[in-house]
Amino acid sequence: MNLRAALFASIAFVGLAAPAQAIDLEFYFPVAVGGKPAETVQALTDAYMAANPDVKINAIYTGSYADTTTKAITAARGGNPPQLVISLSTDMYKFIDEELVESFDRFVTDAEKAEWIGGFYPSFMLNSQYEGETWGIPFQRSTPVLYWNKAAFADAGLDPEKGPANWTEMVEMGKKLTKKDASGNVSQWGVQIPSSGFPSWLWSGIVAGNGGKLQNDTGTEVFFNSPEAIGALEALVALSETDGVQAPGILDWGATPKAFFEGQAAMIWTTTGNLTNVRANAPFEFGVGMLPGLKQPGAPTGGGNFYLMKGSSDEELKAAVDFVKWATAPEQAAEWTIATGYVAPRPDVWESDKMKAYTADFPQALVARDQLEYAVAELSTFEGPRVTQLLNSALESAITLQKSPKEALDAAQAEAEAILAAYH
Amino acid sequence: MPRRQWIHAWLLLLPAFVFLIAFTHYPAVQTLIDSFWSTPKGRRPAAFVGAGNYTRMMADPIFAKAMWNSAVYAALTIPTSIVLSLAMALFVQARFAGVALMRMAFFTPTVLPLIAVANIWLFFYAPGFGLIDQVRMFFGLGSANYVGQPATALYAVAAVTVWKEAGFFMIFYLAALQTIPLSLKEAAAIEGCSRLTFFRRVTLPLIMPTTLFVSVNATINAFRLVDHVFVMTRGGPDNASMLMLYYIFENGFRFWDTAYAAALTVVLVAILTLVGIGQFFAADRKVHYR
Amino acid sequence: MIRESALDKMLMRTAGWMLAALWIVPLLYALWSAFHPAAFEARFDITAPLTLENFVTAWGKAPFARYFLNTIFLVTLVLSVQLVLCTLAAFAFARLEFPGKSLLFGLVLVQLLIMPDILLVENYRTMFRLGLVDTILAIGLPYFASGFAIFLLRQTFRTIPKELDEAARVEGCSLLGLLWRVYVPLGKPAMLAFGLVSVSHHWNNFLWPLVITNSVETRPLTVGLSIFATTDSGIEWAVINAATLMTSAPLLLGFLLFQRQFVQSFLRAGIK
Repeated sequence: MNLRAALFASIAFVGLAAPAQAIDLEFYFPVAVGGKPAETVQALTDAYMAANPDVKINAIYTGSYADTTTKAITAARGGNPPQLVISLSTDMYKFIDEELVESFDRFVTDAEKAEWIGGFYPSFMLNSQYEGETWGIPFQRSTPVLYWNKAAFADAGLDPEKGPANWTEMVEMGKKLTKKDASGNVSQWGVQIPSSGFPSWLWSGIVAGNGGKLQNDTGTEVFFNSPEAIGALEALVALSETDGVQAPGILDWGATPKAFFEGQAAMIWTTTGNLTNVRANAPFEFGVGMLPGLKQPGAPTGGGNFYLMKGSSDEELKAAVDFVKWATAPEQAAEWTIATGYVAPRPDVWESDKMKAYTADFPQALVARDQLEYAVAELSTFEGPRVTQLLNSALESAITLQKSPKEALDAAQAEAEAILAAYH
Repeated sequence: MPRRQWIHAWLLLLPAFVFLIAFTHYPAVQTLIDSFWSTPKGRRPAAFVGAGNYTRMMADPIFAKAMWNSAVYAALTIPTSIVLSLAMALFVQARFAGVALMRMAFFTPTVLPLIAVANIWLFFYAPGFGLIDQVRMFFGLGSANYVGQPATALYAVAAVTVWKEAGFFMIFYLAALQTIPLSLKEAAAIEGCSRLTFFRRVTLPLIMPTTLFVSVNATINAFRLVDHVFVMTRGGPDNASMLMLYYIFENGFRFWDTAYAAALTVVLVAILTLVGIGQFFAADRKVHYR
Repeated sequence: MIRESALDKMLMRTAGWMLAALWIVPLLYALWSAFHPAAFEARFDITAPLTLENFVTAWGKAPFARYFLNTIFLVTLVLSVQLVLCTLAAFAFARLEFPGKSLLFGLVLVQLLIMPDILLVENYRTMFRLGLVDTILAIGLPYFASGFAIFLLRQTFRTIPKELDEAARVEGCSLLGLLWRVYVPLGKPAMLAFGLVSVSHHWNNFLWPLVITNSVETRPLTVGLSIFATTDSGIEWAVINAATLMTSAPLLLGFLLFQRQFVQSFLRAGIK
C-alpha cells in the first residue's frame, strides 16, 4: 500500500513537474506589403507568449516570399528547419514534393477539422489542400482588386462612384480617361495592369473572367493555351496595342501605386494588400472594385499560408499548431487584417466587432471579401516555380510584342507539359 | 636548409589554405561532382546521370540567352568602366578648387549598397514619373520604358553596373598616374610634346599594368554583380536581361534544381577561370620593368 | 611643363564637372527624397517642405543601431583575420621557394574568381555541421582567406629589395622576425589599400549574409535594408532612401575625410 502510494505520488510529481520544460519554436515570416506587418507579427507573437508562458516563439523575419522559401528549404536541407513558415500558398506542391511539410490533420481533432479548418473561405483552401489533407492554413491572403481615381473620373465626365463592371466598360472608360498633352504624349493613361515579375497572377484573373481554368486540381496538368486563356492574353495586349488605354511594355509592379498617386494611371490593378498604402498616400478620393471580367467576374487569390515543417518533435509541432489556431482566431486575424490590408480568411473574422467597426469606416475593404465568391485557385502545380516562370516569360514576350499571344502560350503549354510529364 | 624553407613555407600557408580549401575548393569540387548527378527530391536520392545535365544545358534556350547576354553585358561594361575610370582619374588628377568634391562624386557609388541603389535607378527608369522620362518629356521626347522592353532592359542594367564600378577603379588609376616620373614630363615639355601625344605615347603604356589589373576586376564584377537584377528586372522581360549568375541562383534557389544549377556553375567557373588566368598571365608578362 | 593651352584645361575641367554632375545624381535624388515627404518623390518642387519623418519611419522599421554594430563588427573581424592570414601566405609566395609553389598560387587565384556566393548551399551545409549557422563568424568565415589580398601583398612584397632581407639575416633575424620587422611595415600601404576594398565589399555584401543569418543579433545592414526592397507592394522611395543614407553615411563621411590617404595608399601599394 505504502509503496503504491509512493509510486503514484512520484509519478504524479514527475507528471506535474514535466511541463516546466519550455518549448522553443522558430517561425519564419516574410514581409510583402507596406504598412506594419513585421511589427504586427512581433506583437502577435509576444501576446501569445504572454498568454502561454511555456512556449517560446522566435519570430524571424526572412525577407520576401521568395527569400523566405529559400531560407526555409535551405534550413531544412541543412538539417535545421523551423517549425512554422509562412510561405506562398502555391509552394504547397513544392514542399510536398520535397517532403518538407507535415499535414495539419495529424494535430487536430475531428471537431476542429470541421470548425476550424472548415471555417476558412473555400477559395483560400483551394491552394491549401491536396488529396484530402490540409497542408497550409491561410493567414495573409490577398486578391487583386481595381482601384480607381474618383477625381480623374469626375474630370473625364464619368460617375466617380461607379467603377467598371466588366472589361468592355473598363476599356471604354479608359479611352475617356486617357489624356494627351500638347505634343501628343500621354499624360494620363486609362488603366495600368502591372506585368513585371509575375504577370501570371493578374493574367490568371483575366482568364478566370473569361471563363477559363489554368490547371487541374491535382497540380499535374495545365491549360495555358485554351481559347479562353489566349483570349485573355489578347485582351491584355490589346489594351496598349489597339485600345490605347495602357502604356506599352512591361509595367513595374512596385511603381504602380506611385503611378496611381501621380495621376499617371486613372485605374490600377493591384493587390488588396496595398489598401493601407493607397489609403495613406492617395492625394484624392479613390474607389475599390472587383476586377472587371471579360465574361464574368473572376480573380485569383494569392498570398501566404502557414506551413508546418517536418523535422521537429510532435510536441513542438502541436505547440506550433496551437499558435496557428490562435493567430487565425477572429480577434487576432482582425488585428492582422486591419494593420496590413490582407483579406481576413474566415467569415467569422468579418463578423467580429473589430472588423465591423473597421469596415463601417472603410467600406472599400469589403470588396476583396465579396470578390472571394468568384475567386479561383492561384496557379499552382508540381515544379511550380519553374512552370510559373516559363509562363511569366511567355506572357512577357507577348506583352512586349515579341510573339503573338497564341504563339507564346502554345510554346508555354508544350514546355509545361514536358516538365509535368514526370508527375502523371 | 632548403628543406627547412619548404616546411616554413607550408606552415605559413597553412592557415590561409585551411579556409581556402574549406570554403572555395572543396565546395567547388563538390559542385562539380553534383553536376554529374540528378537533383535529389525528398526520399528520391540523387542518381548518377553522367553528362545528362550538360546535354540538357546545350538544348536549353534560356541558357543560350544567359550566355549571350552575359557576353554582351561583359563586352559593354568592361571597356566602358575602364575608359570612364581612366577619364575620371585624369579629371581629378590636378589640384583645383572643388577637386575633393569631384572625387567624392565619382566614388560615391562604391559606398552605396547595390540593393538600395537599384531602387533609385528603378525610379530613374520608371515610365512617366521617373526622372529620365521627366527629362525626356521636358525636351519633347516621348515616354520610354527602359526596363520594360526587351531591347533596352540589358543596357539599363549594364548602366547601373558601370555607374557602380567606374569610381572604384578610378582610385587605381589615380595612384598609377601619380607614379609617372616627373622627369618624363619635363623631358616631354622640353621636346615640345603635345598633351595628347604624351598621353598616347607615355602615359598609356606606363599604366598598362593597372589597366590589366582593372580589367581583371571588371571582368569578375561583370559576372558577379547581379544584385540589381533581383530588384530591377528579375532577368526579364522574357529573359532579355538574364545573366549567368542570376540563372544559377534561379535554378538553385527558386526551382531547387540543384544539380542543374551545379552544372551551370561549373560552366561559369570555367569561363571565369580561363578569362581570369589568361588575363593574369598577360599582365604578369607586361608588368616587370625592373 | 607640358604645353597645355587654356582651352584644353577648360575643356577638361568642364568635362570633369559634367561627368561628376551626372554621377552624383543618384545620391542627390536619395537626399531629395529622404528629406521630403513621399508626395514629392517624383515632384521636384523647390518649395516642398523638408521633413525628417522618413528617417524616423526608416529607423523604426528595423533595429538599425544593432545592424550597424553587427556590420562594424563583421568588417573589422574579416579584415583583421584577412590581414594576418594573407600576409603570412603572401610572404611565403613572395620570398620562399618550395615545391608546388605555382600550383598553390594557382589555387589562390581560383578564389579570386569563385566567390563563396556561388557555392551557397554547400557552404551553408558546412556551417551547419560546424554549428555556426546564424552567427557573425559564419558570415565572415568563407572570406577569411582572400585571394585578392594574397595577390596584392605578394606583389608588394616582391618589390622590396632583397638586400633588406640579407641585412636582417645578418642581424640574426628569424623568418617571422624578418616578416614582422621588414615586410609588414613596408607592406602597410598595400594593406591599407586592401582594407578599403575589403571593408567596402563586406559592408555591401548581400547574398551570403542573407542566407546565413536569421536574427537581429547577427544581421548586417544590407540584409536589414532589404526589408524595404520588397516590391510586392509599392516601393516607398522616400523611406528606402532615408534608410540608405543612414546606413551609408559612415562610409561616405569616411571617404570624404580620408580621400587623400586612400589614394596615397593605393599609390604606395604598388599596384602597377
